[in-house]
Amino acid sequence: MTPLLQVKNIKKLYGARIGCTDVTFDLYPGEVMGIVGESGSGKSTLLNSLAGHLAPDCGEVIFDTRANGPVDTVTMSEPERRMLARTDWAFVHQHARDGLRMSVSAGGNIGERLMAVGDRHYGSIRERAADWLGRVEISENRIDDRPSAFSGGMQQRLQIARNLVTGPRLVFMDEPTGGLDVSVQARLLDLLRGLVREMGLSAIIVTHDLAVVRLLADRLMVMKDGRVVETGLTDQVLDDPQHSYTQLLVSSVLQV
Amino acid sequence: MSDYSFAYLDEQTKRMIRRAILKGLAVPGYQVPFASREMPMPYGWGTGGVQVSAATLTPDDTLKVIDQGADDTTNAVSIRKFFEKTAGVDTTEKTAEASVIQTRHRIPEAELTEDQILVYQVPIPEPLRFLEPRESETRKMHALEEYGLMHVKLYEDISQHGAIATAYAYPVKVEGRYVMDPSPIPKFDNPKMEMAAIQLFGAGREQRIYALPPYTQVVSLDFEDYPFEASKADHPCDLCGAEDSYLDEVILDDAGSRMFVCSDTDYCRSRREAGHSGRLGEEAV
Repeated sequence: MTPLLQVKNIKKLYGARIGCTDVTFDLYPGEVMGIVGESGSGKSTLLNSLAGHLAPDCGEVIFDTRANGPVDTVTMSEPERRMLARTDWAFVHQHARDGLRMSVSAGGNIGERLMAVGDRHYGSIRERAADWLGRVEISENRIDDRPSAFSGGMQQRLQIARNLVTGPRLVFMDEPTGGLDVSVQARLLDLLRGLVREMGLSAIIVTHDLAVVRLLADRLMVMKDGRVVETGLTDQVLDDPQHSYTQLLVSSVLQV
Repeated sequence: MSDYSFAYLDEQTKRMIRRAILKGLAVPGYQVPFASREMPMPYGWGTGGVQVSAATLTPDDTLKVIDQGADDTTNAVSIRKFFEKTAGVDTTEKTAEASVIQTRHRIPEAELTEDQILVYQVPIPEPLRFLEPRESETRKMHALEEYGLMHVKLYEDISQHGAIATAYAYPVKVEGRYVMDPSPIPKFDNPKMEMAAIQLFGAGREQRIYALPPYTQVVSLDFEDYPFEASKADHPCDLCGAEDSYLDEVILDDAGSRMFVCSDTDYCRSRREAGHSGRLGEEAV
């Protein structure tokens, strides 16, 4: 089986400082990879380098494209990479405001990716927007409301709908539950888990919340100071942490 | 003989503008940056159009200037006088007699010919401006032909108003490549842009020039189930009776009575001179 994404020796420097370095892993279709670590450990830098938002200083990010098979996305041309970013890839930002157009209605937000890939039929765009609102548990009569009139949890769900409408195969998520209260988090996680299973998505989830990866991720990567210090199956890493930093991380979780 | 350099601008500036115009004609719909000069009029009064006209005019040209179709409004009169004084060219109000026509927000009703040049005054040349505020990003979107966002605007129109409510500055796609702002002309004029005359667009404050060579394909953007419609007020002209011209609505008194008249004053006058008359034709003349 060909991995959907092969990451080889990714390194990103900020001047002399290390953003992340020596990151290598494979992601197979349908697999969810969690990346955890404290603030400043390089997990967001890594995610942005993989998703093409930042140009890594060295390394390869090989994606198994539908048309041409495995291609290095770091060296592919910008139009190709941007095309990939709005078809086969999706990026869920921590703050829904970064991922949504706040002055455009919910329907327009969901429809944007469809129109960007050439859909020119208003009726069918609207139908699919309504369908996706339903799937992320937003009432269909909010389709013409702007996201600024939505609660934080609804905005985040809208962002997910907007990203998944074109049926991507790989989703990058940066702290998807950050800043939400726990009951809203729980429902969002439930929704994400359902969508990931139902659509067979592969995902890379960056978070500092171990409960999130426990629920969603098959595999886990622990980062510290820009390097990967431990990898393994999620349950294995969380239940039997080997590296001293992972042990610290796991033992720091508050028990209720 | 006046003491001005011909058409006000110095020769090097006109040369620079002509190079931008030629580049614009070579890449239809592409916004060419140019070093816009300070003109003796405020921004928003047609500084871009005036600079393009100045670089286009020759001493043998005949100039016509219209503002929303009219030859006799402030903007049109002052620009016409400006070129009478600085270039000494002949001016006219008759569309057919003009070789260069500078316009603000209208295309003349009479069909233009291959011997004519139409110069538009453009306030905001970037059609994506209100959707994406970053110039760095809009340039990239033009370069990569990423125009999905333009349809998001039309989608919003339909979802809010039940139809595409954009009535002027209606975005067009040029030769299947660049999406272009046609300047704030009514969408009624959009189909006329596939014409025999050369069309030049100048935006002074925004420092951009773009152009359409004769017979360039210009397609107004729309949805399959909400096709583009060139709309106008559903009346004949009250002065000349024309049914095919774009109309202005004029309020006549406090009681709400109103009239519709051709916005193209030259077209209306020539029709009345030819004997046509509308509802209020006799009394208003």
